[in-house]
Amino acid sequence: MTIFSRFRSWLQATLRRSRMESDMRDELHFHIEAYAEDLVRSGVPHQEAIRRAKLEFGAAERVKEECREARGVHFIETLFRDIRYGLRALRKSPGFTAIAVLTLGVGIGANSAIFSVINGVLLKPLPYLHPEELIDLHLTAPGVNFPDADPAPFLYFTYREQGRSFQSVGLYRWNTQSVTGLDEPEEVQCLNVTTEVLPILGVQPTLGRWFSENDAAPGSPQTAVLTYGWWQTHFGADRSVIGRQIIYNGISRQIIGVMPANFSFLDRDAAFILPLQFDRSKEFLGGFDYPGIARLKPGVTIEQASADIARMIPVALHSFPPQPGLTVKEFEDVRLAPKSRYLNQMLIGDVGKTLWVLMGTIGIVLLIACANVANLLLVRAEGRQHELAIRVALGASWFDIARALLIESVALGLLAGALGLAFAYGAVRVLVSIAPSHLPRLHEISIDPAVILFTLGAALLTGILFGMIPVIKYAGPRIQHQLRGGGRAASQSREQHRTRSVLVVAQVALALVLLIGAGLMIRTFQALRKVDPGFDPRDVLTLRIAIPESQAKDPTAVIRLEQGIVEKIRAIPGVTFTGLTTVIPTERAGHDLIYARDKSYERGVPPLRLFKSVSPGLLAAVGNRLIAGREFTWTDTYERRPVAMVSENLARELWQDPQRALGKQIREDLQGPWREVIGVVNDVRDDGVQEKAPTAAYFPLLMNDFEGDAVAVKRSVSYIVRSKRAGSQTLLAAVRQAVWSMNPNLPLANVRTLQEIYDKSLARTSFTLVMLAIAGAMALLIGLVGIYGVISYAVSQRQREIGTRIAVGAQRSDVMKLVLNEGMTLLLIGLGVGVAGSLASTRFLSSLLFGVTATDPVTFAAVILLLALVALAACYLPARQAVRVDPMVALRYE
Amino acid sequence: MQKQLDLLQGTLDMLILKAVSLGPLHGYGILLRIQQVSKERLEIQQGSLYPALYRLEHQGWIASEWGASENNRKAKFYRLTAAGKRRLQAETDNWNRMADVIAGILGTRPEEV
Repeated sequence: MTIFSRFRSWLQATLRRSRMESDMRDELHFHIEAYAEDLVRSGVPHQEAIRRAKLEFGAAERVKEECREARGVHFIETLFRDIRYGLRALRKSPGFTAIAVLTLGVGIGANSAIFSVINGVLLKPLPYLHPEELIDLHLTAPGVNFPDADPAPFLYFTYREQGRSFQSVGLYRWNTQSVTGLDEPEEVQCLNVTTEVLPILGVQPTLGRWFSENDAAPGSPQTAVLTYGWWQTHFGADRSVIGRQIIYNGISRQIIGVMPANFSFLDRDAAFILPLQFDRSKEFLGGFDYPGIARLKPGVTIEQASADIARMIPVALHSFPPQPGLTVKEFEDVRLAPKSRYLNQMLIGDVGKTLWVLMGTIGIVLLIACANVANLLLVRAEGRQHELAIRVALGASWFDIARALLIESVALGLLAGALGLAFAYGAVRVLVSIAPSHLPRLHEISIDPAVILFTLGAALLTGILFGMIPVIKYAGPRIQHQLRGGGRAASQSREQHRTRSVLVVAQVALALVLLIGAGLMIRTFQALRKVDPGFDPRDVLTLRIAIPESQAKDPTAVIRLEQGIVEKIRAIPGVTFTGLTTVIPTERAGHDLIYARDKSYERGVPPLRLFKSVSPGLLAAVGNRLIAGREFTWTDTYERRPVAMVSENLARELWQDPQRALGKQIREDLQGPWREVIGVVNDVRDDGVQEKAPTAAYFPLLMNDFEGDAVAVKRSVSYIVRSKRAGSQTLLAAVRQAVWSMNPNLPLANVRTLQEIYDKSLARTSFTLVMLAIAGAMALLIGLVGIYGVISYAVSQRQREIGTRIAVGAQRSDVMKLVLNEGMTLLLIGLGVGVAGSLASTRFLSSLLFGVTATDPVTFAAVILLLALVALAACYLPARQAVRVDPMVALRYE
Repeated sequence: MQKQLDLLQGTLDMLILKAVSLGPLHGYGILLRIQQVSKERLEIQQGSLYPALYRLEHQGWIASEWGASENNRKAKFYRLTAAGKRRLQAETDNWNRMADVIAGILGTRPEEV
């Protein structure tokens, strides 16, 4: 009750101020008049009565002020007054305000931009129903040295039937399909799912329905759900699309639903969602090609789910027959184990570390900016000492002064925050348009309320942070003494100077930390660039073509078509080499086992190797080198000869020497035919440039009895086209012409240059490098301005002293030394602190580094030298100013 | 005439509450009522009355509204609220206890110690 009435009276007082003021005036007026009338009635003359009434009432203005205070108006009033005063003070020195707001604005903006990335990528929950219950069902297979395996249909059936911790579990798989019957043949991404996947995500279709058990039953009519984008572009958002037929890969499918606009599955765009049709009675052990997703029962932890999976794996291994050519024992030797993660962890991967490093870095830039602005404020406050002293003399308390100073700096902070928000908005737009490929959830990065709140918080915090320094320095109890000193008190000035020096030391130290971080990333990038990836990314065009059964049913016809296309492309002027492969360098692909005939495998299964199927001419096209033997011929391919090639590291691992590998025999399962090693290929860093080259085996595009298939033919392959014109539209047009002259129904998919793919594999490093370099450059620039400012201010303060020295015979070089000495002292201390800080902090970077240690002496030395030179230049300018001091002018003021 | 007493710190609020508890009054009326009841023995700074009134209203112990004075002039009248009534009771009890204690102490004779 009282709280409410208090609030109401405060609110009235604040909102209806003029009404209250006039009420108050009327009330006091009534009092004085009533008193005067009483006096008149008791015989006092009219004029005298009014005079006495006013006199006895006391100072009306003071009474009013006390009344206002009594109603809680006072605080707000003075606050507004201080804000008005602060803003006026800022307006009156536009230069100072502009520099401070700009410095801080860029600092805050950079922080907001990085925070919006962190918010979008790491903090926001996934856009699905109860995302905290969703888990990813990866496996590990330590028995074959394979850390990251996908689940398989036989596990899916086991989980579904015997799982205790899942509400629901499903498998999915990405693939591409060619769509015909449109203007041009087109190859599109498809998401294949078991019926549970969409209900697990909890995203309802906009139109139509989810898949039912019927759609997933083997042999039932084919159905498809469209994604929103595809529906928009290819069906003009026609709502009658449900029930229509669409033909792709030669199969007609009925459209049963359309997903909503904001739906995306794990960051990838698909055109269609198709049902997976597994036949439980025909499933066998193997087929680890389907990523899995599950929704946990409420309250079940991921550890409990993992234990549940670990319990079910042996059950599953004894519930299904092994893949032909393998035994249950071999599957046991693989030692499958759960590697469950929350879905968002799987999606985000290890990018979180990079982002936090960047956030820390940009935070340091903001600190440096704060130090600079604090320095400016100190100088300003020094100039205002006299004014502040007068305010104290007139009765302002310490609190009043502190509030006035703080309000000014908080106002600066808020102005900078507004600028920073605009800056962040631009930066995020740029970032998203550059689309760093390794950054997941890119489309979820935006300036949302959380980012705005962060910016506001950062603005207030920085305002208070740099505002506190002059407050502590100037609003203290000693301020009264200033009035006597008249602003020239030398001892006080010395102390102020010390504060500024500390700030400069901090700036130098922080800038050094950032620059060393940037330097280490540059060295990393250099080291990565120097690594021989095992292929030559320059001047290569890549694209993928899949030949569906509707275009060539017979396996030999597929190879004939592929060879025909290769030769047509090879005939284009300017094309030097062309070849086909199932694995584009640096892009992950299929793995399988390799048994060598002269080795014993009684003690368990061999490790997994990277499998590549390639055409003749591929090695030259992609820039691989043949270490020993020969490569495949078209005759090997057509006659399905049992031949293979191996990578150099695999040859050395098995037979110590590439030459000795030739003629040896290998196979991929225990029942397949032995294949003769006819060639050894150099190692290729297919797992990424910073990783060791994986061991690999190469096979022809057409083979008998391969990986469980009686006839194995690669229908979807990448074309590697080496030409100086790679990347040009004319070459692409010529290639398209060549392909369509062989068959006009084949779409060209995934057209890229090998250089793009290679750069993408370095994307994380280059992204970190660019961001750290920007941060380092900002730190250097701001720090430089800071040093220059402090030294030149010191020089201007010491003009009289310097003038005196020159007048009594000091050499100009002595004066120069004097000033430089001061700067160098600060610099050296700053560098010392910075080196210590760097040694302590660069280890956070170590997981991002390659070919260089976190304490690389070359980087440290180079950066220290750079910073020292730049700082020297910043000191030199004011030193020259000092030398030019005219002793007569300087002394005249004494 | 007896010499006027200065008001003890903090007692003005209590006197105002008591004055308006006898019926709504305007500011000047409160002043007159206190002086009349105290038989002119208390000295109250006229100006200091209003900040006290505003404070009491802010705290919700009294409420105000505009009305007509005895000679039909516009004046602001104050009346006691329910919370003010409780407050006055509490302050009165407190004051009486305090006065007893003080009187007891001051009335102590040497032989009683």
